[in-house]
Amino acid sequence: MTTLTDLTLAEARDALLRKDFSAVELAKAQLAEIEQARALNAFITETPAKALAMAEASDARIARGEAGPLEGVPLGVKDLYCTEGVATTAASHILEGFKPAYESTVSANLWRDGAVMLGKLNLDEFAMGSSNETSYFGPVVSPWRRQGSDTKIVPGGSSGGSAAAVAARLCFGATATDTGGSIRQPAAFTGTVGIKPTYGRCSRWGIVAFASSLDQAGPIARTVRDAAILMRSMAGHDPKDTTSVDAPVPDYEAALSRGVKGMKIGIPKEYRIQGVPAEIDALWEQGVAWLKDAGATIVDISLPHTRYALPAYYIVAPAEASSNLARYDGVRYGLRVPGKDIVGMYEETRAAGFGKEVRRRIMIGAYVLSAGYYDAYYVRAQKIRTLIKQDFDRAYADGVDAILTPATPSAAFGFGEKGSGDPVEMYLNDVFTVTVNMAGLPGLAVPAGTSSEGLPLGLQLIGRPFDEETLFALASVIEKAAPKIAPPPKWWAPPVGFADTLP
Amino acid sequence: MTTQAKPSKLIKGATGDFEIVIGMEIHAQVTSRSKLFSGASTEFGGEPNAHVSLVDAAMPGMLPVINQECVAQAVRTGLGLEAQINLRSVFDRKNYFYPDLPQGYQISQYKSPIVGEGIVAVDVSPTEQIKVGIERLHLEQDAGKSLHDQSATESLVDLNRSGVALMEIVSKPDMRSSDEARAYVTKLRTILRYIGSCDGNMEQGSLRADVNVSVRRPGEPLGTRCEIKNVNSIRFIGQAIEVEARRQIGVIEDGGVVQQETRLFDPGRGETRSMRSKEEAHDYRYFPDPDLLPLEFDQAYVDALKAGLPELPDAKKERFITEYGLPAYDAGVLVADKETADYYEAAVRHGGATRDPKLVANWLTGDVAAYANSVGLSVAQTHIKPGQIASLVDLIADATISGKIAKDVLAILIGDEKDADPKDIVAARGLQQVTDTGAIAAAVDAIIKANPDKVAQAQAKPSMLGWFVGQVMKQTGGKANPQAVNDELKAKLGI
Repeated sequence: MTTLTDLTLAEARDALLRKDFSAVELAKAQLAEIEQARALNAFITETPAKALAMAEASDARIARGEAGPLEGVPLGVKDLYCTEGVATTAASHILEGFKPAYESTVSANLWRDGAVMLGKLNLDEFAMGSSNETSYFGPVVSPWRRQGSDTKIVPGGSSGGSAAAVAARLCFGATATDTGGSIRQPAAFTGTVGIKPTYGRCSRWGIVAFASSLDQAGPIARTVRDAAILMRSMAGHDPKDTTSVDAPVPDYEAALSRGVKGMKIGIPKEYRIQGVPAEIDALWEQGVAWLKDAGATIVDISLPHTRYALPAYYIVAPAEASSNLARYDGVRYGLRVPGKDIVGMYEETRAAGFGKEVRRRIMIGAYVLSAGYYDAYYVRAQKIRTLIKQDFDRAYADGVDAILTPATPSAAFGFGEKGSGDPVEMYLNDVFTVTVNMAGLPGLAVPAGTSSEGLPLGLQLIGRPFDEETLFALASVIEKAAPKIAPPPKWWAPPVGFADTLP
Repeated sequence: MTTQAKPSKLIKGATGDFEIVIGMEIHAQVTSRSKLFSGASTEFGGEPNAHVSLVDAAMPGMLPVINQECVAQAVRTGLGLEAQINLRSVFDRKNYFYPDLPQGYQISQYKSPIVGEGIVAVDVSPTEQIKVGIERLHLEQDAGKSLHDQSATESLVDLNRSGVALMEIVSKPDMRSSDEARAYVTKLRTILRYIGSCDGNMEQGSLRADVNVSVRRPGEPLGTRCEIKNVNSIRFIGQAIEVEARRQIGVIEDGGVVQQETRLFDPGRGETRSMRSKEEAHDYRYFPDPDLLPLEFDQAYVDALKAGLPELPDAKKERFITEYGLPAYDAGVLVADKETADYYEAAVRHGGATRDPKLVANWLTGDVAAYANSVGLSVAQTHIKPGQIASLVDLIADATISGKIAKDVLAILIGDEKDADPKDIVAARGLQQVTDTGAIAAAVDAIIKANPDKVAQAQAKPSMLGWFVGQVMKQTGGKANPQAVNDELKAKLGI
C-alpha cells in the first residue's frame, strides 16, 4: 500500500485514469499514512469519512468517463481555507467550534476538478509565523531530521502542516497561503515545491484573511509538475474577490517542457546578505550554473530597496491584520469569554483567544495606524512598497525574464532555536521572500540541495506579474539538474504491527 | 465663512447679539435593492437578521464587492448637488469595536470621496434664498442595531441594516439659523427624492442628521462647535439647534468655554446632553481597505448618468415660473414634492386643454394643500385626481360657479363624492351660478324695496354695498354671480 503514496501527484492522476487502482484504494492508503504520522501533528482535523465519500464519487466519475483534471487525487487543505461543514480554525483558539457554511473558492475549484479532501493542515496561528510554533494546536514536526540527530526540526511556516504533510507523503499536494513567504519558506525547509502566484491569480474568498494586500493562495507539492497541475485548478478569476484578476489560466504543466534557452535571469546583488551561511551562497551559485548550462543568460541586477522590504512588511502586514482580526470579537462565532460588560467580553475573549504572536502583531498594527503615527509608519511603508515594486519593474523592463535567489537564509532550525527572545530573529527568515509579496509578484521555491546537516535547501525564482509559466519552466530545469534528495526516513511511523494493536 | 448673518437672524444674549453657525452631516440611505458590498436585501423591517449575508455578518474570509447601483446613486446625487464628481475614489476602513459592527470596521471613504464640492440653493422664506455649500459626499456602510429590550441579561444584535449603503453628505458651515437649517434639510430631501437615490424617510431612519453648532459674536472668528448626533426629524433639528445655541451662549456669557464634544438631543426634555468629549473621541485608525480596489470610472459614465437624471427641483421651478407664469414662491411650493409638481402639471393640462395655471396653483397650494396636510398626505397622495381639480377650475373659469361655491364642491369631493366629476356635482345639486340678469335684477329690486332705510345709508356710505350683496346672495342661495350682483346694485342704488 505504501508504494501508492510514494507516487507523484501526476503519476497517481494518470494511474487512476488507467484504473490501475481506485480512488478509494488511494484514499485509504493515504489515510493509513496519516494515521501513522500523528507524531508530526501536520493535521488539525482529519476528514476520513469525507475523503472516502469523495473518492467513491471520483471512482464513479472515472467509470463514467467524466474524470476531472484532479480526479481522485487526495489533498490536504491548510486550515486557513474555509471548508463547508468542516471545522476551520486558522490554528487559533478564537475560532473554536467554527464550522463554515461555505467553501473557499480555491478549495471549491479543487473539488470541482475531482480532488479528494483528506483533512485540514496545521499552520502558524492566523498564518503568523515562520516555524509553525505559534499554532494553538501545537507545532508541526518536520519529517526531516539533521543527520545523526533526533532533534525536532521545524517545517517552516506558516504553511508548515502543508509542507510537512507533502514531504512525509501524507498527501499528494496541499493548499497553502503566502503573505511574506509562508509557502516558499516551508517548501524550502521540507524539500518540496511551493509557488506563491501573482497577487490576484487566485481568489482570496473564503480564506481567513491575514494581510489582504499580501495574502495569496498557492500549492505545495513534491514536484514542479505536481505544483503546476494544482496551480491550474486553484487559479482563476472570482467575481467574489474584486482583487482577483480576470485573465485566462494557462496550462502550467505544458510550460514545464518549454526550456529556458535564451532566457535572461537576474541575480540581485542585494540578496547577498552578511551572515548567511556559505552553503546558501554555494547553492545559489550552483543554481546559476544549472540555468546557464540550460542556455539561460545570467545578468547581475540591482534591487536597491530590498533592505527596506522587511521593516516595511512588518508595518503593512500587522496594520492590515489588526483590522482583519477585529471581527474575532466573541459576538457571532468562535470563542466567547464572558466579561463584566461588552468591552470586558472583548478583552477577555481576545486575550484568551489569540496567541502571543498574534497579539503582538495586532498591537503593532494598531500602533502604526493610530493618529500621529500613521504617516510616519503606514504611509512611509506604502511608499517603500512602491519603490520595491519599481525596482522589479525596472529589472523586467531591462529584459530580465526572472530572478534567481536563495529561498531562505538558512536550512530549517530546531524547535525553540529562533525568535524565543527576539521576534525579529524569526522575522529575518522571510528576508528573501517578503519583497515578492510587497511587489505582488509570483515566486516559486524549488528544492536544490541539502545542507551540511542533510536538511533540504531551496532556491527561489521570482517572475513577472502573471508569468508563472516561466517560473515553472525554470524550476523544472533546476529540478532535473539538482541531485535527487531521498525522501525523509519514516521515523514517525510506529513499528510494524503496532497499528494493529491500536483500539 | 465670510457669510455674515443678517441682523434679523442674530439671537440675543444677556450681553449682546450672537450668531449661530451651523453645518450638517446628513446620512442618507441609498435606495438600492441590495447592500453596499453584499447581495443581501435592503428591505426595511423583516424579522431580525433575515437580511444578512455572510459578508454582512463578517464571517471569516468574506470579501466586499461594490454594488454598482449604489455607486450610480451617489454619482446621480452628486450631479443633483451640482458637485464635483471624482472619477477615482478610495474606500477606507474606519476601525472601532461595537457589537453591531461585525467587521470591527466600517467601510467608508475618508480621504478620497466619490463626490467633492457642490452647492444647494435653499428657499428659507418667500423672499429669502441662501446658498449652502456642499463639502463632500461619500459612500459608507450602515451598522446593525443593538437590541437591549429582548432579554433581561443580554443584548441582542440585528444585522438587517448592517452593510446597507449610506451617503454621507457634508455641508459647509453655511447656515445661520435653525430656519435655514430646516430649509436646507428639506431641500436636500427634495433633491434626493427627485433623483430617487434616497426615500428621505426620517421616521424609518433613511435620513439622519448630525448637526454641528457653534456660536460667535458677529464679526468674531468661528466658535468651538458641538456635534449633535443622529437627529431624526426636521422639527427636532430646529429645536436641537435652538437649545444648543442657547446653551453655548449661556456657557460663554457665564465666562466659560465651549468644549468640543459630541452631544445628543433629548426632545422630551428639550435639551442636549454630552455624549463624549474630544478626549474620549475614538482613534478610528483609518486606512485604505485592501480588499477593495480604488473606485474608478470615466467621464462617459458620469455623462450617461447625467443624461438620465430627471428634471431637478431648481430647473422645474424655473420652468414653472417661465412656462406658467407662476410667482417664484408658488413655483417653489409646488416643486418641493415631485409628485405634487407632476400633479400640478397634469391638472393644468388635463384633457388636452390648458387652463389658468395660476388658478390651478392657487387651489393646489391653498385649499387642496390644507386638506392634504390635515390628513397627513401630500397633495398627490390624496384621493383627489388632477382631472377633478381641472374640472373644478374650468367651472370657475367659465363662470359656472363662483370661487365660494367651488369651495363647497371641493368639500363634497373630500366628503361624500370622492370619485365624482365636479361638473356632475354642480349639475346634480344645481349649484350653477345665476348669471341671468333678470333674476338678479328681481332679487335686487326686492331687497331695495324692503329696506329703504338701508338704501339711504348706502347712498351716504357706499361701503354699505356689502350688506346688499350679502342679502342678494342669501336670497339666491349663493348662486348669483357676485360681479353681476355688484353691477346691478351699483346701478340701482346709484353709487
